[in-house]
Amino acid sequence: MLKFNDVTKLYHTGDTAVKNINIHIKPKEFVSIVGHSGAGKTTLLKLILAEEKPTEGTVTFENVDIHQLKRSHINQYRRRVGTVFQDFRLLPDKTAYENVAFAMEAAGMDDEAIINDVPHALDLVGLKHKMHSFPDELSGGEKQRVAIARAIVNQPEMIIADEPTGNLDPVNTYEIIQLLKKVNDLGTTILLTTHNVGVIDNVGRRVITIKDGRVAMDSPDGKYIL
Amino acid sequence: MIITKLKRTIKSGAISFWRNGSVSLASVLILTVTLTVITMVLFSGVVLSSTLETIKNKVDIDIYFTKGASEEAILVFANDVKKNSDILDVKYISSEQAYANFRERHKDEEATIQALTEIGDNPLPASINVKAKDPNKYDAIVTFLKQKESAMSANDIIDKINYTEKNQQAIASLNRIINASNKLGVLIAIFFAIVSILITFNTIRLAIYIFREEVSVMRLVGASETYIRAPFVTVGVLYGIVSAIVTTIILLPITHYAGNWTEKLGTGINLFNYYQSNLLYIMLVLVVAGSALGAISSFLAIKKYLKV
Repeated sequence: MLKFNDVTKLYHTGDTAVKNINIHIKPKEFVSIVGHSGAGKTTLLKLILAEEKPTEGTVTFENVDIHQLKRSHINQYRRRVGTVFQDFRLLPDKTAYENVAFAMEAAGMDDEAIINDVPHALDLVGLKHKMHSFPDELSGGEKQRVAIARAIVNQPEMIIADEPTGNLDPVNTYEIIQLLKKVNDLGTTILLTTHNVGVIDNVGRRVITIKDGRVAMDSPDGKYIL
Repeated sequence: MIITKLKRTIKSGAISFWRNGSVSLASVLILTVTLTVITMVLFSGVVLSSTLETIKNKVDIDIYFTKGASEEAILVFANDVKKNSDILDVKYISSEQAYANFRERHKDEEATIQALTEIGDNPLPASINVKAKDPNKYDAIVTFLKQKESAMSANDIIDKINYTEKNQQAIASLNRIINASNKLGVLIAIFFAIVSILITFNTIRLAIYIFREEVSVMRLVGASETYIRAPFVTVGVLYGIVSAIVTTIILLPITHYAGNWTEKLGTGINLFNYYQSNLLYIMLVLVVAGSALGAISSFLAIKKYLKV
């Protein structure tokens, strides 16, 4: 599904963010990418989202080099990949419902589909009763649930979660991970970055350890080096 | 689908305008100042042009006839003069009419009226008043009249042609001053317009800077550039429409005050009346100008944040 083919990313400053990365993620996998801050985890995600271009190598999604896509096609590609961030990145002047609906509107869905699917997505993350609340009226855990609802509402093939529990307490962390596992069980590939060992242990699936911009370990049974 | 997109864009823009009240207020204020300044500069041009027209209209030539001249001869002469293509109008004022006009004009001046009564006979001659189509043609008209006067020397009915070159010189210099003022007015208007547009652009750019994170989120959920840009441009248009309405309202008391003042100065125009009679047209121009300014500023300001 997603392949990093000998990818290296150098920044203008000359710093190497990632070097010679070769990763293959299959459909319906739940993969955790672990590493200390600055190890290169976020760079990998930016490369997947076409926010950054690799200096060398290619990143392919369903055998298409995503960095060769035209700008208009990048939008369509991004609709196939849901994103969840540590800082939630909700639109503050939109309610929970509107935040989720926005992703559907951006994907060109009609009003009927939006009216049907948005409450359903919010129900799935347990927030149907707060659909008319604004982000600043929600707790951290609730905001992240809205972000997950937004990520899944267009039924993407893959969800990228960048440190989604970084700003959450242990209870909310546990619940968010359970939610992501549930989404994965429904057939969506999950790519999660974290440096929280508790999270990795909780997930218990494939773990890729990144160290100094390189793949230090790729363990199918949840082992890692930190 | 286009209608759905348009509906969503307008709705999203309107909601954003309302929910981000303080940002909207700041942008509307700046746009209002811009539109007010530009309108005031344009108004000053209108007043200057009107002043020139009024002064030009005050210039004329009076031809006084001898006491013995018959009304018939005067009217023949007047009709003859009227045939000159440079002349706009010729008005005959009989001796009696001149007497009545004089009495009316000086009705509050007892001594003058008394002196006139003491004379007994009507001392005022008949006259014709000649107006030119173009004030620059008065010289030619005077020459034409003098030629006519010499041609009829045997039975001269003309007593005096009342026109001095000084009038012409004054008009010419006034013309120059007003033309120069108009040019300066245009330059000032352009200068203010550019400064105001830059301030508006920067205000809207700052407003959009606040939303840069949101724009990046929109990009990451796969929204197209047009889809992201459209609500911001809609908000820009809303800034323009609201500012135009506010400016129209603000200009009412300003022109009301300036109206009496412009009239007393003898500019030949009451700015308030002018504003009232052109209100819809001015409002339309303000709405179009404000919307264009807001939309273009938003369109350009958002560009920077679309490169995710």
